[in-house]
Amino acid sequence: MALFSIPHIKLSGISACVPKRSESNLDYDWITEQERALLIKTTGIENRRIAAANLTTSDFCYAAAEKLIDELKWRKEEIEIIIFVSQSPDYLLPATAIILQDRLNLPKTALAFDISLGCSGFIYGLSTIASLMTNAKIKKGLLLTGDVSSSSLNSKDKSTYPLFGDAGTATALEYDENAAPMFFNLQSDGAGYKTIIITDGGTRQQLTPESYIDVEIEKGIVRSRKNLVLDGLEVFNFSLREVGPNIKELLHSNSTEIENYDYFVFHQANKLMNETIRKKLKIEPEKVPYSLNKYGNTSSASIPLTIVSELSEKITNRTTHFLLSGFGVGLSWGSVALNATNLICPPVIEL
Amino acid sequence: MDISEFIKKIEAEVEELTPGTLKPETAFRNLTEWSSMHALIIIALVDMEYDVTITGDDLRKCTTINDIYNFVKSKK
Repeated sequence: MALFSIPHIKLSGISACVPKRSESNLDYDWITEQERALLIKTTGIENRRIAAANLTTSDFCYAAAEKLIDELKWRKEEIEIIIFVSQSPDYLLPATAIILQDRLNLPKTALAFDISLGCSGFIYGLSTIASLMTNAKIKKGLLLTGDVSSSSLNSKDKSTYPLFGDAGTATALEYDENAAPMFFNLQSDGAGYKTIIITDGGTRQQLTPESYIDVEIEKGIVRSRKNLVLDGLEVFNFSLREVGPNIKELLHSNSTEIENYDYFVFHQANKLMNETIRKKLKIEPEKVPYSLNKYGNTSSASIPLTIVSELSEKITNRTTHFLLSGFGVGLSWGSVALNATNLICPPVIEL
Repeated sequence: MDISEFIKKIEAEVEELTPGTLKPETAFRNLTEWSSMHALIIIALVDMEYDVTITGDDLRKCTTINDIYNFVKSKK
């Protein structure tokens, strides 16, 4: 069972960058006005940020990282690890984190690599960077997460297009002997790998001319094999089934209760889904922030983006007890319990 | 649980429906108001109220409200 704790790592700051261009689901005329209203009410998603065609996830993460390094007044030569979590890398190879090491002027003593995860990616990325930092006593590290999902969506697919937004985030971590441990519970179920998938473009199914052809799957759902497929019903079921027990196990393992936490920040995919999870765990609504209405589902950026956009003013100059939980593509899911003291969160920036 | 209570709960969650519209024999997909979002609403309701999970496959096998009700009852 992947239940473990990581000592001596302090969460110092989080920043987020989103595209300037906003799209509203009120204007999504591929579906009827009635369908639009029900979609917004059920999913909680009204506005989404869509990246300009020349911008990639790493551009948003780069801007977020520069802003955060500046706010924290870090010396770049002290940053000796950078991890990029994304499913929209700049190239098939090399790994985007390595390109960012150079672009951010980080030292060549830094280790850099990518992790290919989505909705659970922030939690997995945090566990990976914190493990390496505590073992190697690395002073400072950057975790970059996000996706430009819009690049793989078909605007004629009502089951995906109105749900996703683009964003990139940067999270700063420091080695600190006095930091409280972080507690993780990470899980996977590859039996559900087809639930959220882009079938063509990898090595299993390479791109062919047919990959680009739009096919009507059902009414309102038109896509090609290069586009993202999302089985909303199955993801919904999976999340209701797995997230609550995962969190309960974590609370049991570190001997805490719901009341011991100030905020539960969930991956932002669907308001009805998160509200059902919240109610079943008996968490007060004011402890569960949402940024869904502003940004939609931003994949591995959703948890840090929600902290920056919804909580930054409430958590400065104090210690905050967080429970963070990400769940989705893989299927992969995980939670972390951590404390953050004087967390630096500059306002969301736009690019 | 009984079916009239079950129907009341669905009608309370699905605001697009006028109370009294649903009958046990109603083929829910044929309702003009029906959309894929309602499937999520019903799954969430059943999960919250009865602690029963309905998968996409389970729901595809249901035609009427009574079918969903019987499925939930069989899992209780």
